Amino acid sequence: MTGTTYALTDSWTMTRRELARWGRQPVAVVVNLVFPVMLLLMFGYLVGGGRGIGGDYLDYLVPGMLALTMAFGLEGTMVAVTQDLNKGVVDRFRSMPMANGAVLVGRSAADMLQSAIGLVVLLAVAAALGWRTDGGPGGFLGAVGLLLLFRFAMLWIGIHLALVAGKPELVQAVQILVWPVGFLSNAFAAPESMPGWLGTVVQWNPMSQTATAVRDLFGGPGGEPGHVWAAVAWPLALLAVFFPLAVRRFARLSR
Amino acid sequence: MADAAIVVEEARKTYGGKSAKSTKNPESTKHPKNPENPKSARNGGPALDGLDLTVARGTVHGVLGPNGAGKTTLVRILATLLRPDAGRIEVAGHDVVREAYAVRLRIGLLGQHAALDEELGGRQNLELFGRLHHLGARRARARADELLARFGLAGTGRKAVRQYSGGMRRRLDLAASLITEPEVLFLDEPTTGLDPRGRAEVWDSVRSLVDGGTTVLLTTQYLEEADQLADRISLVDAGRVVADGTADELKAAVGGDRVDVVLRDAGQLGAAVALLPVPQDTVTVDTDRRLLSAPVTDRMAALAGIVRALEEAGIRAEDIALRRPTLDEVFLRLTGHDERVKETA
Repeated sequence: MTGTTYALTDSWTMTRRELARWGRQPVAVVVNLVFPVMLLLMFGYLVGGGRGIGGDYLDYLVPGMLALTMAFGLEGTMVAVTQDLNKGVVDRFRSMPMANGAVLVGRSAADMLQSAIGLVVLLAVAAALGWRTDGGPGGFLGAVGLLLLFRFAMLWIGIHLALVAGKPELVQAVQILVWPVGFLSNAFAAPESMPGWLGTVVQWNPMSQTATAVRDLFGGPGGEPGHVWAAVAWPLALLAVFFPLAVRRFARLSR
Repeated sequence: MADAAIVVEEARKTYGGKSAKSTKNPESTKHPKNPENPKSARNGGPALDGLDLTVARGTVHGVLGPNGAGKTTLVRILATLLRPDAGRIEVAGHDVVREAYAVRLRIGLLGQHAALDEELGGRQNLELFGRLHHLGARRARARADELLARFGLAGTGRKAVRQYSGGMRRRLDLAASLITEPEVLFLDEPTTGLDPRGRAEVWDSVRSLVDGGTTVLLTTQYLEEADQLADRISLVDAGRVVADGTADELKAAVGGDRVDVVLRDAGQLGAAVALLPVPQDTVTVDTDRRLLSAPVTDRMAALAGIVRALEEAGIRAEDIALRRPTLDEVFLRLTGHDERVKETA
């Protein structure tokens, strides 16, 4: 077999490892999937937000929740990578004749799969609550694509942070910090309804870009035509920074 | 050397300020035997400071030293996990930096911390590592079965490794490092933290491996462990080999047994030192504890001689005891930094 074949089979083996871990922790997996649903119900019916939104709040909220779920994925990635590093199992992988990048590829593949399932569950619940897309199949698929692209950027930020910090204490800090960062977005309310400076911060949040573009593609309120490019550019820019940083950090474990 | 499985010449490694964080925990801190080793890597000095080592094929080589001596750094470099700053380092005939892949094909590693997926079961772990060794699904499965049976883990079923006892975990870890029957096996403090039974289990496994022809490099803090398992022993301190030889050679160099004499009156210590039938510069004196300590060669003759000499001189002893040298004393004799001797003398 050639090096490329090894890289593929090893990546697949590492992905299967993550899937096997799901099988061992079904409760954790379900909680992960239910949590965004809970947030959707809470903000949709309990908190009753939607300041400054012209239109149905559910149509505004669903894209925001989808984007928020992708953003919170960062934390899950970081926890998993930190655990591996601290258990010494990464040492075993690195001392084996396997494609080294497979450790990171397996992590990415499993996390992306989990997030894709998370999207499906959230969309199914939204549909049950009466949410519909007006964007047609093309718009729908485009929106899902943008969300997964955003998740992919979050994933590599998570890997990088875990490799830099390498300690469970910092994971906790990030677990808390994703909340304000996630909420300083247009996920729940329109930036126009906020004080000027706050609205500006919120509008610049990459998560807001994705949420706005998804709203546009779904044809709901809060969408801005032409925003799709911003929702493509932001995650790509983040990837351009954090992907090489993370890969370099991983290679530097041998320093 | 053609028949050498491991060659290390002038190996040097210093952890840099920033990158030291990512290569976390160069030495375990669980058993601080040498908390104030001024030259240890944790105090900013080099972890390896021109270390030389040669291990013949098919032998067990013990690397004995206190915490911070550089044992784990050495193993991590040999296992291609860490790049040396300088030196020629070859494992199974391949350079650990330039031919890391070739080295990885030929080694097994049992690190200080269990390198397992704790959520998965024993079989799942072994199959995972087998696949990553490119055995293919069927052979990986067969090999997992074989190893589980060999290490007495066949009955563990689907139980997660998290729920294993310390000894079971160590055995599974060892099994995982033997998937491809490596030419060279590194064991980094394999029994640290195990109870006596777990320790005996690991020792038995290592012995049976060596019978199969594997070369083993073993680090340990325990003189006894090195004595039990190793053909040759290197004593490491502050990143250098300070002595090596067979266990017998090292013990002879240390002087075998020691005698401790506790006097009733500290004022007589000086007179007692002159009476002991051993070279005076080998005697250490601890005034606070009214204690004399000296290496002796013929234990019974020395004991009888000391008792008689003290009696004739009218010096009253509270206690006289023969004992084996401690690891500290071995190092004190062999490392050359004798701070503690000067302090107490």
